[in-house]
Amino acid sequence: MAWSLVANAAQLLFVLLFAPLVAGVLSRLREMVQSRRGPSVLQPYRDLRKLFAKGEVISEYCSWIFRITPYVVFVAPLFVTALIPVLTDYPLFLAFMGDMLGGGFVLALGGFFATLAAVDTANPYGAMGASRTRMVGFLAEPIFMIVFFTVSSVAQTTIPYIVQKHWTSSLDAFFAPSHVLLMIAFFMLILAETGRIPVDNPSGHFELAMIDESKNLEYSGTSLALIKWGGQMKLLVLMCIFLNVLVSPWGLATSKSSSALLLAVALVWVKIALLLVAIVAVESSLAKLRLFRVSEFLNAAFVTSVVAMMAALLKF
Amino acid sequence: MNLPIASLNGLATGLFLLSAFGSLATRQIQGCVRFFRLQSFALAASIFLLAMGTHVSDLVVVAVVDLALKPLLIPWLLKRYVRGELFRHREIEQLLNIPSSLLIGLFLTLTAYLSAPLLPLPSAAMGQINLPIGLAGLLVGVYTLAVRVEALPQLIGLFGVENAALLIGVAVAPNLPVVADMAFAFDMVVIAVVIGILTRITHERVGSTEIGAMRALKEVGIE
Repeated sequence: MAWSLVANAAQLLFVLLFAPLVAGVLSRLREMVQSRRGPSVLQPYRDLRKLFAKGEVISEYCSWIFRITPYVVFVAPLFVTALIPVLTDYPLFLAFMGDMLGGGFVLALGGFFATLAAVDTANPYGAMGASRTRMVGFLAEPIFMIVFFTVSSVAQTTIPYIVQKHWTSSLDAFFAPSHVLLMIAFFMLILAETGRIPVDNPSGHFELAMIDESKNLEYSGTSLALIKWGGQMKLLVLMCIFLNVLVSPWGLATSKSSSALLLAVALVWVKIALLLVAIVAVESSLAKLRLFRVSEFLNAAFVTSVVAMMAALLKF
Repeated sequence: MNLPIASLNGLATGLFLLSAFGSLATRQIQGCVRFFRLQSFALAASIFLLAMGTHVSDLVVVAVVDLALKPLLIPWLLKRYVRGELFRHREIEQLLNIPSSLLIGLFLTLTAYLSAPLLPLPSAAMGQINLPIGLAGLLVGVYTLAVRVEALPQLIGLFGVENAALLIGVAVAPNLPVVADMAFAFDMVVIAVVIGILTRITHERVGSTEIGAMRALKEVGIE
């Protein structure tokens, strides 16, 4: 019981502290591929520190939604962290509080408030970006559902800690067509959900072309810091779900000791680094899609996930 | 060494089906050719694994011929004969838009998965994986063939059908003489060359290879 709480706290700290580092490594890798030097991997931490020290400007016409949104966006990924395996192989204190759908809803809550807040400011770019994010969001929703239903029905449960055991039970299960296709579909989903190329350009500064970024145009100071940090944590949480639940729980701590936990931090970072390289490869080799082609990208991901479901469930 | 043959075959056939959908979803001829290459690589890998699983050495020859002809020779031939056609159009014309095409492909895959167990082929090697995926690849390939308007994307659809037929074929009859498999493989090359030359000539004389637009026969020099 006590250990469970300690491990849970360790998982929360892992996501909280390393999320900016993931963003920093990602942008550094991208710059390196373009043969530029790029900012230090610690730059996101410096940005956050600077923003926390700055004052805020809040329009007097906006409502309470605008004020509480940064906190919701910041807290939502932390709630999900309590439900999923980040560092440990065995269920922790809060693991049975909610299943994967619950986690999905909590993440969606953050997105929902961010959308409302963007409309709340009456900044035209905010509302435009919000509606585009919703378009991407509602096209991504069925993929989430199908992927989760497929893994749940194969593993006969929806608790992420138990689901992950199935895929690695044998090599046959790992390389099954359904598993391969599910991984590809979820990878495409991560790209879309976190506003990466080919769906959105995270480093673009042109308001008319923004999808994800334009929602926090009106924020400044502490609120902007919380929103940025929350977005980075969302990326890390999705990556953890992908790596530890869908791909393989390899490297997670199996015993209840602090040394195993520390080793898991290192090994999970190895997996994260590999995934970051894959994301950078996609971002550097593809161009951003035109807005109305985004639906085709997500449609392809949807079809991939449904084919995976068929391959998993329709056996003879 | 004890390789996990069935599981690696699962990976190969998964990629096979993915690239069938990929060539249905992409708008560029170049992209189609790339997906065809990936599909042929996956097919060759699957045949090779089947050869190891069933201990039929003929299949190794089939895999090698497949690897030499489809991903390497045929794209090279296409580049050589129909260079203009390959690079001129950035976007493929098709009758239905891509999202609905993908959904139709999905229904075809569902049909394949539901009907594969009804086929009277109980003892096919690795039939559990190869049969439904091959059938799905076949249907999606036929659909690609039907929905594309120009000659070259249709050709890629035809190649997809052939790949899928081979995937089913080696699973159903791994002991087929090599000669038969070789004949199929070289047929593909002949098809590529013939269609390539035809496309080039048609394009030079008519200006387009859009099948629907060609309503009448036309002789050179008579306007």
